[in-house]
Amino acid sequence: MFKRPFDRRTFLKGTGAGALALGSGLLTRPAHAAGLTIGILYVGPRDDFGWNQAHAVAAAALKQVPDVTVVEEENVPETVAVAQSMESMISLDGAKLIFATSFGYYNPFMVDMAKKYPDVEFRHAAPLWTEADPKNAGSYFGQLDQAHYIDGVAAGLCTKSNKLGFVAAKPIGTVLRNINSFALGVRAVNPAATVQVIFTGEWSMPVREAEAANALVDAGCDVLTCHVDGPKVVIETAEGRGVKSCGHNASQAPLAPKGFITGAEYKWETIYKDYAAKLAAGEALPNFIGGGFDKDFVQNTPYGAGATPEAIAAADAARAGVTAGKPIFVGPIKKQDGSVLVAEGASLDNYAPELNATDYLIEGVVGSIT
Amino acid sequence: MDDVGLSTVLLAMLAGAIRVSTPFLFVALGECLTEKSGRINLGLEGTLVFGAMAAYAVSYETGSPWLGVFVAGLTGVCFGALHGAICKLKGVNDIAIGIALMLFGTGLAFFFGKGYIQPVAPRLEGVQLGSWSTDPSVQKALEVNPLFLIGIALAVVMWWAFRNTRLGLVVRTTGDSAPAALALGINVDLVRFLATAAGGFLAGVGGAFLSLYYPGSWTEGLSSGQGLMAVALVIFARWNPLACFGAALLFGAAGALGPALQSIGISRGYHFFNAAPYLMTLVIMILSISPKRSLRGAPGELSITK
Repeated sequence: MFKRPFDRRTFLKGTGAGALALGSGLLTRPAHAAGLTIGILYVGPRDDFGWNQAHAVAAAALKQVPDVTVVEEENVPETVAVAQSMESMISLDGAKLIFATSFGYYNPFMVDMAKKYPDVEFRHAAPLWTEADPKNAGSYFGQLDQAHYIDGVAAGLCTKSNKLGFVAAKPIGTVLRNINSFALGVRAVNPAATVQVIFTGEWSMPVREAEAANALVDAGCDVLTCHVDGPKVVIETAEGRGVKSCGHNASQAPLAPKGFITGAEYKWETIYKDYAAKLAAGEALPNFIGGGFDKDFVQNTPYGAGATPEAIAAADAARAGVTAGKPIFVGPIKKQDGSVLVAEGASLDNYAPELNATDYLIEGVVGSIT
Repeated sequence: MDDVGLSTVLLAMLAGAIRVSTPFLFVALGECLTEKSGRINLGLEGTLVFGAMAAYAVSYETGSPWLGVFVAGLTGVCFGALHGAICKLKGVNDIAIGIALMLFGTGLAFFFGKGYIQPVAPRLEGVQLGSWSTDPSVQKALEVNPLFLIGIALAVVMWWAFRNTRLGLVVRTTGDSAPAALALGINVDLVRFLATAAGGFLAGVGGAFLSLYYPGSWTEGLSSGQGLMAVALVIFARWNPLACFGAALLFGAAGALGPALQSIGISRGYHFFNAAPYLMTLVIMILSISPKRSLRGAPGELSITK
């Protein structure tokens, strides 16, 4: 445990309070805002055009809620630093709800903090909470693959070469599921099309992402999308090469005024506002929530100039279907190795637990995991 | 691999070599100059990142990318001069100062660069050398940045100047033997100070290429260690500016190998291909090293070879 937290925030607060005391001759405690104070921690910069920005946009919306104060800290590494930041948000700012938005914050840091401060609520942006964990901790997540499926439907009608490119970071379950859902969307409207994947192997490596995007265009792809931490480079490279693009995590529409089709975005705002309202009303927070279009947890970026009218119509119809619970994984679907994933006539629910353990790519995706 | 696949990969590697090599080349030339004068500046990674930020910011504020390149160079001069000035003091280790300046430059760039992640700044234009070809990917591969051409010219000029000019001799003497340089009446500290500042200028320009041309935007993760790898390149190139150019091209091409192979469907083992530049360095280092002699071409005053 961390008994003597000392970090940037504590130091600044401390010196600030000291200066105040000297100036006024009074030693005052830092004022706690009336109402609810919520702390949010980001692993990277808030304006990365990606994961962190999606949370920061929601945090900005949360600030508009009356009687809610939001304290933020960016570039918090997944080390003991995150525990110290949480501790100072709780003891100095009086935060009653903490959003830990990066995967590695959860165990042991957030779990330990939840045990230490039982009257503070902790929520983490990945489906990691189990019954064994503290009751004042929990998980929330958005099912972004549903939005990638809609991207795929729109992209499948915008391609002329029938080759679409996907720049992916690492072959882990979430990424593979997004690729598969994108490909299912593409092939639902354009069975002749294929999705080619290039893995960069890193969450953020701009030069290699640009190389991968260029290689995909050189291989004949005319629509690119991606799952990397900051999609800025991929979208800008696509625009520079004159091909169309679909976004990821946050809105990249301003980066591609000519070729942007649409993008898969989180809508954390829904979850954050719901938590704030529940706390204000004195209700208990759920420990584990997740959802997609049906719960308004994900959304698509407004269509850009790259989207054709047919693509817009098809994507809107597909989104209405998914929102109403229509499954994405409708058979027959085979894995790349030819084995059957979903049999003809069968389908998998959009929240089927087996999809959480995706470790394969489906037929129609070109590229290999290993 | 069929012929189409092979030509795609070769073309991608050529394109990658041209696109990716320029920052390596500039940082390596800058470091080469500094090390020839007998000092090591490991801080060029920080200079590169700060240069990238400064170039992007100036280009956005003024609308002139070339002014951005120039300002990036000037900030590089400041970092180089700081390194040179501190290392002049007695008992200061240039490697430690370099690492400190690397962290300082990167942190400072993140601090000032916050507001420039979102805006889109005007970029440098490429020069089209492939208009003779009808193949759009060949045309794209041969679209080169003027900085790349300037880099080649600079490598040749530096190579020639080290051998044939009085200035080159002064720098080399300072780097090989400070007592000899003193005996010749050369101000060793001044030469090293100027060489480090000039090296900083080149590293700053290398950073400008990253943010204003390829990949062409400012983000905090922009440099994935190019500045540090370029320092290794100099040793690998045996302190020869022409060899620095070759090494930079080789690194660029090796970096393009992974994505290019995946794009034609050879995707198994992409981690291995992505590691190609580093493996290549390791192999060449092992092959060229000998326990019987010190590195050929190494300036005698360098703290790593002394």
